[in-house]
Amino acid sequence: MRIGILAVQGAVEPHRVKFENLGVESVQVKTPKDLVNLAGLVLPGGESSSMIHLLKLNGLWESVSEFVHQKPSWGLCAGTILLAKEVISPAQESLGVIDITVVRNAYGRQTESFISNLNPSPNWVDQESLEGIFIRAPKISRLGPSVKTLFTHHGDSVMVREGITLASTFHPELSESNKLHQYFLSLCQESR
Amino acid sequence: MLPEMKLKTGLAEMLKGGVIMDVVNAEQAKIAEKAGAVAVMALERIPADIRKEGGVARMSPVDKVQEIMGVVSIPVMAKARIGHFVEAMILESLRVDYVDESEVLTPADEQYHIDKFQFKVPFVCGARNLGEALRRIGEGAAMIRTKGEAGSGNIVEAVRHLRTLRTQIRRLTTLGREELVNEAKELGAPLPLVDWVSKNGKLPVPNFAAGGVATPADAALCMWLGAESVFVGSGIFKSEDPERLAHSIVEATTHYQDAKILAKCSQGLGTAMKGLDIHTLKEEERLSERGW
Repeated sequence: MRIGILAVQGAVEPHRVKFENLGVESVQVKTPKDLVNLAGLVLPGGESSSMIHLLKLNGLWESVSEFVHQKPSWGLCAGTILLAKEVISPAQESLGVIDITVVRNAYGRQTESFISNLNPSPNWVDQESLEGIFIRAPKISRLGPSVKTLFTHHGDSVMVREGITLASTFHPELSESNKLHQYFLSLCQESR
Repeated sequence: MLPEMKLKTGLAEMLKGGVIMDVVNAEQAKIAEKAGAVAVMALERIPADIRKEGGVARMSPVDKVQEIMGVVSIPVMAKARIGHFVEAMILESLRVDYVDESEVLTPADEQYHIDKFQFKVPFVCGARNLGEALRRIGEGAAMIRTKGEAGSGNIVEAVRHLRTLRTQIRRLTTLGREELVNEAKELGAPLPLVDWVSKNGKLPVPNFAAGGVATPADAALCMWLGAESVFVGSGIFKSEDPERLAHSIVEATTHYQDAKILAKCSQGLGTAMKGLDIHTLKEEERLSERGW
């Protein structure tokens, strides 16, 4: 099984290390041909406006869109903004694969970035809390009827799942725990 | 790593593989964002103009910084003078996302840099070599960039600094424990950081390139030499077609390994900034000599 990490820009390397720790090969996705034979795709944190700009070159937007509508994907921070059905503040184009509305930079600027413990929802596999690193993070302001919350912070959903699509507004790739990466791998495995 | 440092280096992590552009006003900031910049750097004058006009170069005027923050959704960085912790305090209170304690501005303190651990806002600092990089990290910098030679349009100094850093890091990984104390003394760098680099073979914070990037090929060269992102200053707004060049440098930074894409995005760019031969610059004209 091979996992792709969208690598037009952003925090690519920490995900590669996580998958390597879990014994899974990952590849950087920069052009449409890089999407061949992947079991799933990670859309990492970064700057969503810059990523959209780069995705629009070389036909990558269309290929990634096709991929994430058929196969497992996991958006983190900017990646969540890319996967959302609706983006506000400011409004921005997106791939529209998960039925949520995302508010960009909803907690404020970098001096408002923070680390906090997250509470698992009953939909999650265990009841342990998890470190959440939020960097100029977006907020999920609306969840569609088939979207399930996996983790919350002060009542806000910060990690959600709809079918084979995951979205989180924080950065587990910068924390010690591998468990969310493990969860994504099992999701990819199940849907092969 | 301290939690504070995780947040500071975390933002730098998000900027990797991207281009950070120098801007002096809102109009330039909008051009930069539209071209795909991951962040903009607010400063009073771009380095090429500082070089030409002379005088004291300071932090960008507060209203300019606010104006820039008001028009873009990407992170806004701003430069403060070396050692001028009050400029940094002001920039932090404006809620800029990163402060660049920069040799491009006229130093305010010829002995000490800012104690960057006292701030919540993260700092980036310039370095020419490993010792300088580790001294800045020891003071709390969360990102290192090469100094290069700002405003020269000449990539030679950035290349020198990237290569020096890489060679010195490689050397550290070959040394035994008993050699590290002496090495720390030679480098003028804190031993725990020297030890960390010798074990991990890289800097403990992200390492970006800056100073003299004028073309898409220059940006790609920096990426090949180990830079994780690229700062572009005078190169863009001193060129014939800034919008187009900005766009091309962004594409070249992502696709730095793909010569076909590089050739395509180097087409039809018009004239790049003229640039300076480094050997014609007197020592006092070299911005990279500022800081220590």
